[in-house]
Amino acid sequence: MTEILIKNGFVFDPTQEIKGDKKDIAVKDGKIVDKVSSSAKVIDATGMTVMAGGVDIHTHVAGAKVNVGRNFRPEDKLQAVYEPARGVRHMSGGYSVPTVFKTAYKYADLGYTTVFEAAMPPLYARHTHEEMRDTPILDQGAFPMFGNNWFMLDYLKNQEYDNAAAYIAWLLRSTKGYGIKCVNPGGTEAWGWGLNCLTVNDPVPYFEITPREIISGLINANESLLLPHSMHLHGNNLGNPGNYTTTLDSLKIAEGVKTDNKFGREQVLHHTHIQFHSYGGTTWADFESKGPEVMDYINKNKNITCDIGFVTLDETTTMTGDGPFEHHLTALNHLKWANTDVEVECGSGIVPYVYSKDVYVCGVQWSIGLEMALLAKDHMRCHLTTDHPNAGPFTRYPRVMKWLMNQESREALLHTMKNEDKVRDRSSLSSIDRELTLYEIAMMTRAGTAKALGLADRCGGLGIGLQADIAVYPFNPETDGNDAEKIEWAFGNAVYLVKDGQIIINDSEIVSNGNKKTYWVDVTTNPNKQVERDISEMFTKYYTVTEKNYDVEEHAFMKNPFVIKVDATQ
Amino acid sequence: MNTVTITITKQPELFIEAECFSPDALAGKSADAISKLPIYIGKTTETVGDYFAVDGNAGATAAETKLVIKGDTSRVKYIGSKMTAGEVVINGNADMYVGNFMSGGKITAKGNIGHFAATSMSGGEIIVEGNAGNYLAASYRGDWRGMSGGKITVLGNVGSDCATFITGGEIVIGGNVDVHVMTHADGGKVIIKGNAKSRLGGQASRGEIYLFGTVDVMMPGYAYSEDVELEVAGTKAKFAVYNGDLGERHPTRKGQPIYAKLYLKK
Repeated sequence: MTEILIKNGFVFDPTQEIKGDKKDIAVKDGKIVDKVSSSAKVIDATGMTVMAGGVDIHTHVAGAKVNVGRNFRPEDKLQAVYEPARGVRHMSGGYSVPTVFKTAYKYADLGYTTVFEAAMPPLYARHTHEEMRDTPILDQGAFPMFGNNWFMLDYLKNQEYDNAAAYIAWLLRSTKGYGIKCVNPGGTEAWGWGLNCLTVNDPVPYFEITPREIISGLINANESLLLPHSMHLHGNNLGNPGNYTTTLDSLKIAEGVKTDNKFGREQVLHHTHIQFHSYGGTTWADFESKGPEVMDYINKNKNITCDIGFVTLDETTTMTGDGPFEHHLTALNHLKWANTDVEVECGSGIVPYVYSKDVYVCGVQWSIGLEMALLAKDHMRCHLTTDHPNAGPFTRYPRVMKWLMNQESREALLHTMKNEDKVRDRSSLSSIDRELTLYEIAMMTRAGTAKALGLADRCGGLGIGLQADIAVYPFNPETDGNDAEKIEWAFGNAVYLVKDGQIIINDSEIVSNGNKKTYWVDVTTNPNKQVERDISEMFTKYYTVTEKNYDVEEHAFMKNPFVIKVDATQ
Repeated sequence: MNTVTITITKQPELFIEAECFSPDALAGKSADAISKLPIYIGKTTETVGDYFAVDGNAGATAAETKLVIKGDTSRVKYIGSKMTAGEVVINGNADMYVGNFMSGGKITAKGNIGHFAATSMSGGEIIVEGNAGNYLAASYRGDWRGMSGGKITVLGNVGSDCATFITGGEIVIGGNVDVHVMTHADGGKVIIKGNAKSRLGGQASRGEIYLFGTVDVMMPGYAYSEDVELEVAGTKAKFAVYNGDLGERHPTRKGQPIYAKLYLKK
């Protein structure tokens, strides 16, 4: 296998506390090593920034709802015209719901190499894996949704925690999932009854269980199964004024829970797109930021991580497993709406959304995301996402970096807003002069996310022995300082990208579709006859498919499956 | 104003996608340069000169350029697409996408034009002396932002799904119109001098339709409100006004809901 030497770049690697030192990075047999022979291919990174390949902890890039988004938004392609095939590249297009190829190429341009699909309906796991299989370059994995699953609701209500854990292990194995995702716990099921759960104490109809019990049950099950990632929560009451109290209540459920895993993960709860959950006020008229309160709580509680979900002020497509929220949204903006109830398990909805800088609510949402990221004390626990495509397409990450790293660019944008005074008044963003460093950005985009995913021993850093995922950006931290436009351009146009020791981008041109792999987690639990019986009964009585048509077979649906084995038999 | 005359010399086996047939794309170019511009036929790229004779140089800007298209261009798409100024005259027929996304200038078609003409048009004027196809001045597929300004006059008949998602501007139809007129409209005006079939103003929340001829089937979501005397497109007549579509949400002004209005000549 080839050897590569990336010479003379400014290296940023929080896992080794390297803050822009000039260093050479050597690669051999797909791994980072301390030295290579003189025959190694040399990449001259003089005057450029070198980081580990980016790791996205929460994005929607594959599966049934992404594809419905593509189908029902033909006009999305107007924002990004199809590019014809070129070299190894396939034809690609789409803006907020791009094709799988465009997803891969754009993430590669951003220097990302690992991307996690954040919401996989178990019933549509096959579809999700087929799309991931067809997404080149990127290592991927997907989180199946558990928060409204009838098995979970039943087991947790009856406090059958062993059964709950055994069922989770079975489902992860069947759907080739990576971790436990929980979307609007209980609320999506309640919506099947025309209701919702807006606080952690609202009971789910019929099941008579509260979101609090679901969240707590899933956190404990996650820890008893020793999974690499923690419970991944999209809390109740997303996107409504005054929802921050629900968010704090949800976060408090993790208090006192300790983690026990061999993956280096320290958190027991990851709260996703926290920006959407940090709203104050009672209506849209007195809507305001409660970002500081929520971030203050996260700063103080080391067993929680979060990603932000920055609003990028674009026309985009919202899609979430939170069915009732999307119905609420279509009633607000009167645009088209698609919805699915996934039998027995979950649901989802899709609505296009235009985040306009001249609408004050959008301006405040934009402020809240930045405000929270700037108030975070530990960026290993506060990650950069746009909840792609909900708050904006992932292709805007460089723009978000620009806003985080350059106060002037934030001020300049605020200044062009139609409701500037109102937007400034509703959040503390204008009073924050903090500018993040590249080191902190590296925490938010690779080191922190890889650690939270339990993948710190594989990616997210440049330590010896890690997978050789390396991005080289045309940004010189000595001479470019924090030049706003340079930041946005450079971090969206990696000059070199190495993945698993293979050169993907050479001199700004994609030269290989790489050899992507798909992570999944196989947990061994004690045999559990009860759960086996329950599963077969549920398939006989309620599912429209049989167990045999449900299972995701590695050879048929996945490219390079990479299984992480966990023994939870104790 | 400089005139560029483009005459078709060879009929394509498939269809020609001539996105460069607009004053904006031609502005500042000589006849020679224009004949070297790319056109697309199926998956192949060819040049204007392969299929057309070009005569005359374009003006410095779109506003100073007049494009005259001669011959049978019923297999040519995208004439006047995305134009912002200047003038286009089509002497024969044209295929789909005439003047789509047009924001200014004027197009005169002496023959018929195909489907999807004037998609999401925002300004300018289109005059069609023949017939127009389906989806005249509709929004782009899936989009909720259709025609927002400008004026279209069709002397002949118009196909189905005319003015879907229209929010502004005016369309005058001299002949008859097929089903689905102003579906989802939120503004704008359509005047139909001939007859209509059915589904006028379905799911419309605002906007006006004036119908001089007959309608086969009325929408159930429209309710009669009053008779008015009006002068429309130069004709004075008495109209019965219907408010609708009552199945939709409606904006209010001074506490009163605003409806889409259907004017049927009595």
